[in-house]
Amino acid sequence: MIDQAKQSVAAANHDHVAVIELIDVHKRFDDLVVLNGVNLTLESGQTTVIIGESGAGKSVLLKHIVRLLKPDSGAIHFRGRRIDQLSERELAAIRPQFGFLFQLSALFDSLTVGQNIAFPIAQHTKRKRREIDKIVAEKLAMVGLDGFEDQWPSELSGGQKKRVALARAIALDPELILYDEPTTGLDPPRADEINELILKLQRELSVTSVVVTHDMASARKVANRIVMLYEGDFIFDGTPESIDQCNDPRVRCFVEGRCSDDMLRTLKEKASS
Amino acid sequence: MLSLLGGKTIGALTSFGRFGIFTWQMVRWLLPGLIEWRTWVRTMPLFYEVGNRTVPVIMVTGTFVGLVLAVQSFDQLKAAGFETRMGVLVTLTLVQELGPVLAGVMVAGRVGGALTAELGTMRVTEQISALTVMGVDPIRHLVVPRFLACLLLTPLLTFFCDICGTLAGWFVAVQLKGIDSNPYWYYIEASIETWDVSVGFMKSIVFGGMIGLISCYKGFHCRTGAEGVGRACTESFVVSFIAILIIDFFIGYFLSGIYRGLYGFKSLV
Repeated sequence: MIDQAKQSVAAANHDHVAVIELIDVHKRFDDLVVLNGVNLTLESGQTTVIIGESGAGKSVLLKHIVRLLKPDSGAIHFRGRRIDQLSERELAAIRPQFGFLFQLSALFDSLTVGQNIAFPIAQHTKRKRREIDKIVAEKLAMVGLDGFEDQWPSELSGGQKKRVALARAIALDPELILYDEPTTGLDPPRADEINELILKLQRELSVTSVVVTHDMASARKVANRIVMLYEGDFIFDGTPESIDQCNDPRVRCFVEGRCSDDMLRTLKEKASS
Repeated sequence: MLSLLGGKTIGALTSFGRFGIFTWQMVRWLLPGLIEWRTWVRTMPLFYEVGNRTVPVIMVTGTFVGLVLAVQSFDQLKAAGFETRMGVLVTLTLVQELGPVLAGVMVAGRVGGALTAELGTMRVTEQISALTVMGVDPIRHLVVPRFLACLLLTPLLTFFCDICGTLAGWFVAVQLKGIDSNPYWYYIEASIETWDVSVGFMKSIVFGGMIGLISCYKGFHCRTGAEGVGRACTESFVVSFIAILIIDFFIGYFLSGIYRGLYGFKSLV
């Protein structure tokens, strides 16, 4: 009897391993097709890195997951619940389970660092001021910025802003954290600090993470799984180790950081003419 | 040519439709928000920004419009023997027409532009998207307090404008042109009715609400980059200004019809 119950619980857990599921998602802006039937399942506790050329639609895909954008067709599920058809009010109840690190950090410049991190907590919980201050201090300590509560975003460096934004993203202990180009615009040591933070949060919070980047060093360091988006669909899906064995010339060009033979030929022809 | 015209028409109708949806979303948050203390906590700092900081500009505008009205009308009124009634002309013009319009234009220029720039920058730097991702509706959090501040404070600023203009008219009439002070105030009291004040009050409320909505809408829908924010600010002022003039005409036309129906023709002479 107990075994049967355990089996049913295990089966239920297995059914809900997928945190996010995108099924045949299409998106276009006027004549530009950005997503062309994308299918993606994000499993619990994994860090999935989405790579691709600039303009490939990586950020658009990320914004679909949190429903900042609505697909033209297809379905998006969060923990088995379809969310692409929900109203903004219904989504507002789900969104605290997402943490989002924006490319430009998106800190509220009219609020201090402490107020920025306290903001989502004050909006979604009825905690007292003292409790909120304690959580803010904890989150700042997690990202290595103890005592920065009273600083203004304008006084911080790019790397510090990203770390504050990360502290704000985890303020409500979300289930899913999405990183949009977390290392862009940072020097290599600061970029590596962010990578280490992503790994640290992964270890300590066991969250599901999605990282959009075109920084291969970062992708290799933080990923359990890498997918590559090209012209609206995935052309690679595998582990960080297997990407080096991939023979697709489009993947090779991206991983090795060189332009394609066609592009090279065109450039040479233009230069000679 | 035809396709260009069609394209422009479709573009204008689309923008109008988007503005309608934006307004509807704001109203849906506004009504329950009126009884929430958080709404008023967010609105209080905006009262200072929209109200206190606009008072000097409004006072200067009202004063000089009152001075000009009095100076320009004095000779004509004196020739007709009505110079003692100059206060009626100045005050009625201000209370019904110029007060609300000029206060509206000043609020659109000083406050509307600032609101559009603030929200536009928030949009460009993804702060508005950040609010949405946190499960906080940006219209409820950002637009409702700004709309309320503009709606409630434009009538108050209009009142300041009217007072300054009337006192400026008194200064020209009594101090510069030597008219007795008593008839100046007597004829104002005898001629200006509650209706006249109500017309100006009603106009200023509508102007304030429109300015708040247009400024926030333009900020929310601005294009990316510094150029996008700059263009949104310009459009915000121009659209608000035109809206004020159009609404002023329709309210004036509608209310004067009602007045005639209720009380008949009113002679000021």
